[in-house]
Amino acid sequence: MAKTPEEIADAMHKMVKDAFGVKKYKPMDLNKAMRELFGDEVDKKTCKEAIKLLVNSGRCVYTYFGGSFLEIPHREGAAND
Amino acid sequence: MADKLPNTPKLDELEKGKWPSFVKEIKMAAKKSPMCADLLGQLEKSYTEKVGYWKHGGIVGVMGYGGGVIGRYSALPKEFPNVSHFHTMRVNQPAGWYYNTEALRKICDIWEKHGSGITNLHGSTGDLVLLGTRTEELEPIFDELQKINFDIGGSGSDVRTPSCCCGQSRCEWACYDTMAACHDFTMEYQDELHRPAFPYKFKFKFSGCPNDCVASIARSDMSLIGTWRDSIQQDDAEVKAYVDGGLDIEEDVISRCPGKCMAWDGKKLEIDNSFCRRCMHCINVMPKALRPGKDRGATILLGSKAPIVEGALLSSVLIPFIKMEAPYQELKDIIERIWDVWSEEGKNRERVGEFIQRVGMGNFLEAIEVEPVAEMVAHPRENPYIFYEEFFEEDDDEEGDKG
Repeated sequence: MAKTPEEIADAMHKMVKDAFGVKKYKPMDLNKAMRELFGDEVDKKTCKEAIKLLVNSGRCVYTYFGGSFLEIPHREGAAND
Repeated sequence: MADKLPNTPKLDELEKGKWPSFVKEIKMAAKKSPMCADLLGQLEKSYTEKVGYWKHGGIVGVMGYGGGVIGRYSALPKEFPNVSHFHTMRVNQPAGWYYNTEALRKICDIWEKHGSGITNLHGSTGDLVLLGTRTEELEPIFDELQKINFDIGGSGSDVRTPSCCCGQSRCEWACYDTMAACHDFTMEYQDELHRPAFPYKFKFKFSGCPNDCVASIARSDMSLIGTWRDSIQQDDAEVKAYVDGGLDIEEDVISRCPGKCMAWDGKKLEIDNSFCRRCMHCINVMPKALRPGKDRGATILLGSKAPIVEGALLSSVLIPFIKMEAPYQELKDIIERIWDVWSEEGKNRERVGEFIQRVGMGNFLEAIEVEPVAEMVAHPRENPYIFYEEFFEEDDDEEGDKG
């Protein structure tokens, strides 16, 4: 049965949260991981929707360090008060 | 208002001479903006100590977007507190960079209220660049820009803000409506522009003719350059008028034709259009006598980039000729396939041109389901070790059938 964008968003969020401070994931890394995890139950379009949900809700943010990544919101090291 | 401008002997040197000076402009802005006064102070210190005192911020932005804001912090926030945050915002420019003064005034009002007041028209991608603001001002600026129908542009691993030449709005050589195409693609790819999902950046630039005024062949991953596929339009009387007027047609036109497709017998210019490279040189020299043909469209090229991670590349031909008519569906289908392959297989920070070099043009074309054609060959082959396995296999099969 096809996974909903919400279910995929939760799985992506867990993956990003678990890797926080250790590894940064690009959106495509998450898409690939979801396809590996759920097989035919997900497609690229639903993964895209899931990322949109994560970012629009503020659970994840886009960051840029040479390339663009999805991370848990945090105070970056370079930031000044 | 800044109390007093810092002492800047090194920067002052850059005000000398007859050219415009960014120092002069920042000093003018500093009379109103303490941020600009501290910017001068930090720049002077950088010039003196030969150290760039900026830190790159990677997380600032507006809600929901992954591009359009480039985070910047001072490494000396105590010494220069007004530039402790100095983020850049890229604003998506109108197609062809047409503004009326009312629009520019509104943008400047927003920027003076929420930022440093200094701008850069335009950045190398084409965006209108607003230089220097604080993190807490980003959302209010974004809201106010939306109210006057402006949006922020691209940054990071996304579709960068598409840009185009002024096209048919002012230029008689434009072979398609670049502004319409640029606007259409900008609207079509809003999601890709604001939500970075690629291995690295992807730029579109639309040039109306091979003069390529936006340098798309050198500066965009996908270059859409206007061209024609019939014959150059020719007015023999005007050709003769140029020659009678003193033009050295042999030296200035015929000898410079890269296709060597022209001949002049003293009375008439003969053009063998089958060898024409569509370089525009002859047309540029004799604009009253020659014009692009009537069957017009664009050549689509892929893969150029400036040197960042690796060296510079020029785009090479992907589609020799395509009619550029809305909704451009055939082209958009190919773009989707390119993105699919590149996103799946591309490495982090690998531009599409580098990706093609890595996997090979043959494999790339097969993956995006485009048939190879002779126009895709950029230059004679460098590698003599070409294998014709498929050919031999087919040949063997045929031999076997005969046997």
